[in-house]
Amino acid sequence: MSERILTLQPQVTTLEGAVAKGDASASKKTAQPVATRRATTEPWPVKLLLILTAVLFLLVFLVAPLSLVFIEAFKKGFEVYKASLVDPDALSAIKLTLLTAAIAVPLNTLFGLAASWLIANFHFRGKSVLLTLIDLPFAVSPVISGLIFILLFGARGTFGPWLEAHDWKIVFATPGIILATTFVTFPFVARELISFMQARGTEEEEAAVVLGASFWQTFRRVTLPAIKWPLLYGVILCNARAMGEFGAVSVVSGHIRGETNTIPLQVEILYNEYNFTASFAVASILAGLAMVTLVIKAFVERQAHRVLAEGAKQELT
Amino acid sequence: MTIHVENISKHYGAFRALENVSLDVPPGELTALLGPSGSGKTTLLRIIAGLESPDSGRIRYEGSDVTKSAVRERNVGFVFQHYALFGHMTIFENIAFGLRVRKWKKDAIESRVTELLKLIQLEGLGKRFPSQLSGGQRQRVALARALAPQPQILLLDEPFGALDAKVRQELRRWLRRLHDEIGMTSLFVTHDQEEAFEVADRVVVMNKGHIEQNGAPDDVFAQPANAFVMDFLGNVNVFHGRAAAGQVQAGGFALPFPEYSHSDAQPATAYVRPHEMDIDRKPHGEQSVSARIARINRSGPLVKLSLVGADDETQVNVEIDHARDRELNLNVDDTVYLYPHHVRVFLPENNVKSATQVAAK
Repeated sequence: MSERILTLQPQVTTLEGAVAKGDASASKKTAQPVATRRATTEPWPVKLLLILTAVLFLLVFLVAPLSLVFIEAFKKGFEVYKASLVDPDALSAIKLTLLTAAIAVPLNTLFGLAASWLIANFHFRGKSVLLTLIDLPFAVSPVISGLIFILLFGARGTFGPWLEAHDWKIVFATPGIILATTFVTFPFVARELISFMQARGTEEEEAAVVLGASFWQTFRRVTLPAIKWPLLYGVILCNARAMGEFGAVSVVSGHIRGETNTIPLQVEILYNEYNFTASFAVASILAGLAMVTLVIKAFVERQAHRVLAEGAKQELT
Repeated sequence: MTIHVENISKHYGAFRALENVSLDVPPGELTALLGPSGSGKTTLLRIIAGLESPDSGRIRYEGSDVTKSAVRERNVGFVFQHYALFGHMTIFENIAFGLRVRKWKKDAIESRVTELLKLIQLEGLGKRFPSQLSGGQRQRVALARALAPQPQILLLDEPFGALDAKVRQELRRWLRRLHDEIGMTSLFVTHDQEEAFEVADRVVVMNKGHIEQNGAPDDVFAQPANAFVMDFLGNVNVFHGRAAAGQVQAGGFALPFPEYSHSDAQPATAYVRPHEMDIDRKPHGEQSVSARIARINRSGPLVKLSLVGADDETQVNVEIDHARDRELNLNVDDTVYLYPHHVRVFLPENNVKSATQVAAK
C-alpha cells in the first residue's frame, strides 16, 4: 500500500499544479491519495518550502552571527585571542559579571520559590496584582529599568543626598549593577515555578502535613524534589539573562573601565574603539556561556517533561 | 474515638459551604458522608481533618477540642481522591513518610511498612514508584500511608472516585473488610449512594451545607426524611400533583392521603421506587393508570421496563421479576396498567411533612 502511495505522489503534484489553475476534475482525482495521507501532513512541495525557510532563517539569524563571533575572535590567532581575555579590564569585566550573577540568581531563586509557594498554596486578596507585578520587569524596557535606579539612588535621585551623606555609592558602582540585574531577571524563576506549581496542586503537601510533617519537612522532602527540574530550568534562564543583560546595566554602570564594566559592556567599549578582535574574543565568552546554557537547558527540559508526563499519566489512570 | 462536630459553619465569600452543621461520628464505625457536589461534604471532612478552618463552631475528638490544633498534631489518617502519593518516592518510602517525620526507629519503620504492604496485598512492590502502579494499587498505597502512623481516626475523601467501576467495587469491599479488621473510627465522603449503602454502617446525607438525614443505611433507604433524600437516593419515579381533602392526585393516580385533610389544594410530589410498582394487563380501579411500554431490558436480575404515560410525556420506570414478566408476556408497545404498592408523598411547602402510603393491591 505504501509503495502505491509513493508511486502516486509525483502524479499528485502535477495534478495539484492543475488544481491551482482551477481545474475541478483534477481535484477529484487528487482526492484519493489525499485520503490515505495523515490529516496533518502537508504535500511535499509545502514541506520542502517550510523546511528550507526554517533552515535559511536559522542560518542567517543564528548560525552565521554565532560563527562570525568565533571567526572574528580567532582571526589573528590564538595568542591574540588569549591576550584579549587576560587583559586586566577584560578580567575585571568577567569577575564583575560572575559576581553579579552569583548574587542576583540566588536572590531571585529564593524570591521565586517564596512567591510561587505563596501563589500556589494560598488564596488571598491581590493575588492577580502580585502576578502582574512579577511580570513587570519583562514588560518594562531594560533601559527604563536602569533609569529607575538612577532616579532612586542617583546623585539627584530620591535617596541620592542621603546616600551621599553616608558615603554609600550605589549608582555607577557594583551595587547598582547588581540591583539592576536582579530587577531585570526577577521573573524568570518565579514564572517557571508558578505555572508548574499551580498545575501540580497542593494535595501532596496536604498529605505530608496530615502525616505529621512540619513546614520544613514538607518543603524539603515533598515540594523541593517535585519541583526541582522546573526550578533548575528557571535558574538557568535567570543566569543566562543575568550574565548577558546590557540595557539596564549600561544605564547604571557609568562605564568605568576595570571597575563597573560587565562582559556585555566591555564588548561594546572594545568594539567602539575598533578593537574588533578583542571585542569578539570577549564576546565569545558570552556566546560560549550561551551554548553551554542551551545544552544544560535542553537536558533539564527533557527531565522536566518526563516529570510532567508522568504526572499526567498518574492523573489519567 | 468519637468525632463531635458542633455547629460548624463555613463560607467561601457569598457561598455557604456549611451552615451550622452538627454531627457525631460514633466510634469504631464506618460512616459515609453522602451528597451531591457542592453539598459541603468534602469541606466538612477537611474541617474535621484540620485542612480547613471553620468560621464558627467546634470539632472535638472524644473529649478534646481540636478546633484550634494544627493538622499535624491531630493524628488523623487522610486519603485523597487522587491519591496524592509522593511521585519521587518509592512505595516503601511513601508509606514510611509519616513514620520518618515522627522519628520512628529504623527497624520499627521497616517492620511497620512491611506489615502494611502485606495488609494492602502489595508485598514485594515496595521498591516501585507510584507511576508504575495501577489506580487501585495506588489508592491502597495511599490508604497504607494514612494508616502507618496509627492515626486515631481515618478520613477518606471520595477514595474510589477516580477509579473505574470494577476496581471501585473490589476496593470498596476490601475497605469494608479492612475496617472490620482494624475497627477504626472512619468517615468517608462519596457522591455515590450505592457505595455509601454498600460500605457504611451509617449514612449522613448532606445537601446545600446542611445535613438532611443521618441514620443506618436501611433506615435511610426505607424512611427517607424528606423529598431531597428520596430523590437523591436515586432511581425513583416522581409524580407532581396536588393534595387536598385527604387525597393526592399525581401522575393520574388518586391516592388516599389522610395526613393532609385541608380542603384547599397544595402542591404535592409523590415518589415511587421502580420495584415498588407492579404492572398488570387489567386496570385496578382508581389507583392504577395506563401506560405504554417503550423499552424492556431483561439483562439484569430484574426486568427493567421503561413506560410512557397516556399523556405521552410522563416517563415511568418499573422493575418486575422475570416470572411476572413471563406471566404477563410483555412486549414493547403493549398498553399495561401501573399500580404502585408503596408511595411516598412529600408536600414541598413544608418539606418535613411526609407520609408513606401503601395502596391496596
